Formats: sequence, C-alpha cells, structure tokens
Amino acid sequence: MKKSVILGALTVAGLAAGAANAATVDDITARGKLNCGVSTGLVGFAAPDAAGIWDGFDVAVCRAVAAAVLGDPMAVEFVPTTGKTRFTALASGEVDMLARNTTWTFSRDVDLKFTFIGVNYYDGQGFMVPKDLGISSATELDGATVCIQTGTTTELNLADFFRSNNISYEPVPIETNAEAQQQYLAGACDVYTTDASGLAATRATFEAPGDHVLLPEIISKEPLGPLVRHGDDAWGDIVRWTLNALITAEELGVTSANVAEMASAAGNNPEINRLLGTEGNLGEMLGLNSDWAVGVISTSGNYGEIFEKNIGEATPIGLARGLNAQWTDGGLIYSPPFR
Amino acid sequence: MTDTSFVRHDMLPEQAPPATSVGLLGWLRKNLFSGWVNSILTVISLGFIAYALAGLLPWVFQSVWVADSLKECREIMAATWGETHGHACWGVIRERWLQLMFGFYPPEMYWRPILAFVLLLAAIAPVLFPGAPRQLLYVTAIYPFLLPWLMWGGTIWGPVLVAAGLAIGYLVHRFLKPIIGGLFALIAAVAAALIWWLFLVGPISGALSSALPIGIESVISRNFGGFMLSILIGVVAIGVSLPIGIVLALGRQSDLLIVKALCVGFIEFIRGVPLITLLFVASTLLNIFLPPGTNFDIILRVIIMVTLFASAYMAEVIRGGLAALPRGQYEGADSLGLDYWQAQRLIIMPQALKISIPGIVSTFIGVFKDTVLVMIIGLMDPLGLATAIRADAAWNGIYWELFAFIAFLFFIFCFSMSRYSMYLERRLRTDHS
Repeated sequence: MKKSVILGALTVAGLAAGAANAATVDDITARGKLNCGVSTGLVGFAAPDAAGIWDGFDVAVCRAVAAAVLGDPMAVEFVPTTGKTRFTALASGEVDMLARNTTWTFSRDVDLKFTFIGVNYYDGQGFMVPKDLGISSATELDGATVCIQTGTTTELNLADFFRSNNISYEPVPIETNAEAQQQYLAGACDVYTTDASGLAATRATFEAPGDHVLLPEIISKEPLGPLVRHGDDAWGDIVRWTLNALITAEELGVTSANVAEMASAAGNNPEINRLLGTEGNLGEMLGLNSDWAVGVISTSGNYGEIFEKNIGEATPIGLARGLNAQWTDGGLIYSPPFR
Repeated sequence: MTDTSFVRHDMLPEQAPPATSVGLLGWLRKNLFSGWVNSILTVISLGFIAYALAGLLPWVFQSVWVADSLKECREIMAATWGETHGHACWGVIRERWLQLMFGFYPPEMYWRPILAFVLLLAAIAPVLFPGAPRQLLYVTAIYPFLLPWLMWGGTIWGPVLVAAGLAIGYLVHRFLKPIIGGLFALIAAVAAALIWWLFLVGPISGALSSALPIGIESVISRNFGGFMLSILIGVVAIGVSLPIGIVLALGRQSDLLIVKALCVGFIEFIRGVPLITLLFVASTLLNIFLPPGTNFDIILRVIIMVTLFASAYMAEVIRGGLAALPRGQYEGADSLGLDYWQAQRLIIMPQALKISIPGIVSTFIGVFKDTVLVMIIGLMDPLGLATAIRADAAWNGIYWELFAFIAFLFFIFCFSMSRYSMYLERRLRTDHS
C-alpha cells in the first residue's frame, strides 16, 4: 500500500521529533485529561449522544484507561479521527492512544512504529446480499457488482478473495458506510461487503432486515485493538493491562455490580485479590494506585458487560459473542494472568 | 355626383385590448403558450414539477416529528400511513438540531456564539447598508477582537493587548515618520507590533490576568462544531480574504519586481493546490513538523489555510476588475496629481470592486460551502456531525433528513449572500441603460 509508505515516512519524522517526551503518563496527569483518538462515528463503537457525551465499545476502553490513570472515567478528551488522520494523530502526539477499531497488521505495528496493546474485538470481512438473489455462498458471486468502501483493507481483501476463487466482480467504490447503505438498498450493487460487525449493524437499520442475508464466508482476519506509539513501554503497559483487567474481570466473574464489595476485603480467590489490589502490589508496579482496577471495572463493567451494553444481542446491532467469547467459552478472548 | 369622401373628425375612443392579451390570460399566452413548441415545453415542465412535488411534499410534510429513534419513526409511519414509503423522520432533527448548530459547545454557554452572531450582524450592517447608523462602525472596529474572545473565552486581556499592538504600531509610525522618513517608519512600526504580539502579549496578559482576573470560561477548539464552526471559518475567511486579495491583486500589477514575484508565486501556488491538500497540511503535516508539545490550535490552522486559499482566488477576481477598467481612468488619476494610494482609494478600487462584485460574492459563497471539507480532517462540521449522529444506534440508517436540514441551512446563507450582491449591483449602477 503506497499510502502506508508515505505515512510511514511521516511517522518516522514524527518520532524523531517526538522521542524527547517519553513519559506519556506524566503528561496525562499534568494535563488532567486523557486524549483518546476515536472514530468520527461508528455504530456501537463510538458515537456522541445528544448531549455530546461519547459512548461505545471503543470509547469504553478510553474511559477505562482514564479511570486507571486519573481515577475519573469522564476525564477523557475524545479526538475524532478519520481513517486518513488517525495514524498521524497518534504519531504526532495529538492523542495518547487510539481506540478506533483499527486492524492489527504487520506493517502498522512494525513499519508505522505503533504498539498494538491487544485485541478488543475479533472481526472479519463478510458479505450481505438480498435474500431473493437466492445465493447461499460467496463463491456463487461470479459477475456480481460489489459495493465497497475505498481506501480500506476490505478493498484489498475482496480482490484477493475473488482472484483466489477465480471469479469476477465489478466494484462500486463508495466513500462512507451511510452512502453504501443507500446504494445497496437502491440496488446499485448486488452485494455489500465490509466488516461483519458493520454488516450486522447496517442490516439492523433496514426497514426489512429479514430480506437480506449475511453469507457464511468470512474472508479476512480483522483483529481490532487499541494502540499506542512506540517508545513509551510504561504507558503501553498501562493500556495493555487495563484492557486485560477488563477481560480478566469477566473471566473471574467480577462485574460493575459486585466489584466494590469484592474490593472491600480480600476474598478467597487470590487472582481476584491481586487484580483488585487487596493482595500484592501489581498497581504499584504499573505506577498506579493499588486499587486501579476497581475504578476500571466499576466504570462500565467488565469486558462482557461492555460488549453486551454496546454491541451485544440485546442492542439493535445484535452481535453474538462468537469469536469474542472468553476462551473458557470457546472464544479467543484471553488475558495473561495477573500475577 | 355628390362628394361622398369621408374624413373622420375626431379620434376613436381607445378600446380595451382583446381579452386574450391582457390579464392572467394574456400573461399565460405571452409567457407560456406563445407557439406550439413553447406550449408543449410548458406542459412537459408543469408535469415534471407536479411529479417532483408529488413525491417531495408528502415526504416533507407527512412526516414524524416526535420520535426518539428511527425504529420508533417507522412504527409511527406504519401506524399512520400504512406500509407506504416516503415519509421523513424529522425526529432526528428535533433531537439533534442544537448539536448540528453548536457541535459540542457547552449548552450553558450557547449565548456566546449567539451573541457573537448578533454582533456580527451589527458589525457588518454599516459596511453593507448605507442606511445603517454610523455609530455601528465602532462595533465593526472592535468586532475582530471580540469574536475570538466570545468564542474561545479566557481572559479579556489577550484581545485587549492584541488590539493594543495596533495602537503601538500606529504610535511608532507617527513619532518616527518625521525623524527617519515614511518607509522606515512603516517598517519600524510593523516590527514593533510584531515584537509586541509575539513576545510581549503572552507574559503581560498572564501578569494582568493574575492581577485583575476578568474573563469568561474558556472553551477548547475540539468542542466547536456544527454550523457555528462553518460560519466561524466562513466569516473569518471571507472577512480577511477580501483585503488580502486586494493587496495581492495590486501586488501582481506592481512594477516592483520582488513584490510582483511574491504575489504571483503565492497566487499561483495556492490556486494550483486543492483545498483538501492544504487542510491535510494543516491537520497532519504541521503536527509532525511543529515541535512536540506545541499547542497550535487546529481550528486556527484550518482558518488560516482556508483564508489563504480564498485570498488567492479573491486576488484573481479583483485583478479581473482592475483589468476591465479603461486605461484612461489610471491616466486621469495621474493627471489629477494623486499619488498611488490616493488614486487606488478614490478612483481605481471603487470602480474595480464594483465590476468584481458578482465574482467576489461567488468566491464568498464558494468559500462558505468549502468549509464542510474540514470533515475530512475529523472536525465536526455539520456533515461530520451527521456521520456522528448516524453512528448513534438509535439513528443509524437515517440519511436524507440530515442532508436536507443541512442543505436548507446552507441555502439560507448562500441565497442571502447572492441576493445581497444583486442589491448591491443595483445600488451601485451608474450607467444610464
């Protein structure tokens, strides 16, 4: 991708300039606010409400980090970034971290000099077609017109998929998801392809969702996660273990409802005790308070609660846990131990 | 043989014109049905208009205003009009119109942008209309310093000291002119003002505000959005680009080689680069090259870029007006013994600007509409907010209603500008036709 080369060059220049200010966490404490890069608006992941308060699955990660570092989940300055400005915003120090459903790829990690601190959502590219086309598999899409967002990895994945299956397609390039919905509903294309979570969210908004089917094929791996700059590992650790605390809390059954009670005294599960700071000194090792994780979990609950509240089956988006279930339930969500 | 020739002695009384050529019928016949080709075209056009309105009017007026989500809208539509399509869900506008107007500006401070807007009208009235009270020119004079203070807040000493810089420059010029001559006095005045602004305003304003803290709560740029942002960028770019454009146009016609080269280079460079590129430079490239920790306000950067962009176009529009003036006007000015600036001020510019009015106003309108491009760099202009509103699970899937509302507001502003320009052209018309 040519763009990434240019971005990479810019990033190197930015890092050369930005190497001097090392301790991100000191900057944040001095400022009293965490600058968190989010999307300009993506259903379920980041959106402002009528009062301008941001909410969503990615936003919850920002709030959790703010709770860990500053003790106040609302002490976040959300910086809306587009797909084109997000990496420079992070590289130049305009934001401290990026939680903008960004796919963890080799070149972004290595070439752009970012550190992906984990995965908060395992996504993959899927297809949606009208039911009356009578198609049940993506391999039957020979000659189809496909609505696709330009400048994303989905475009490249699509080309790869059709080439490897030796079938042809006609792309209809589209700038935004909202426009794609209109084009697809107007019949400008037979198929709409984007991340499966996006497809589910889009289909939920249709007047007749039942008239459209998601094909079973998932043609790419899209591990989405928060990321920070190279060069400040202490800060990277804080963000990483904040996310891990959310995941571990779900695994151990710590919820926003019972966290205060569990943290009031050491219980009989040593890992819960270490997580909540009633035993050991994990918080101090991070340079935070010993009960940092209590604030993180009481903000908007553990990983499972955040999922259910923002994108889970009870919401209009209605995503099943699937790959994003805990490893104990057959999913991929797995945190290293708190020890 | 009697002479039967007849000569009429008196005039026939005037008769009423035939019924088909006066009144409504006459108008129709003259304007709509004056031949079979025109008649056919009229019928086709009327049919098309009726068809468009038949689709549009029910959509606009048979609509749902009270609903908290698209789903609820659809339920109400199905209950009211059955399973037909084509009803607008204005509930989203009802819920979010304040956000579309002000972005994330704190609601308890909405009075500040509103006051700034009202004062804007007061400040431009004496410039636009000859009938407006002349006292309003004082508002015009202080408005450039009042606007940023009202919008961003903070201590009052910042704008006051910036304004003081102008006074310092003026005084330096006044006192040095008899001693070292006009040109050097001008240079010294500019240098003094720059030194004042760049190095002294910050510390002095800090000291004054700790001694005498007068100020209002500050609002950070990230919270600016909606039409407030569009109008802010548009008004500043429009207001500043006209004088810069005049200077550039004059510079381009100058006999001084360096001045001319600088002006031509600037104009051609800016006009050769798309606005989006300049915006990307403002948002990302500057971030990279400025030293870390520099807090160069993003909206200020964008305003500067849009202003430069508009100035280059404005310069060419005004150069068109200058070129259209007959050579005799320049020679006439010279023969009256006017110096360069007097000639420009009294003879050349009034005529050149009058010729350029349509071009100037269309540049203004273009700049105002271009402000929505800032959405590309993640600023929350009305279109950016539309994306954000659609990301709310309650409103995901809503599309035309937001665009219609935004288009309606933009139309009001652009149409007013256009009508004003036509009024101005009529008022300034001096020919006899």
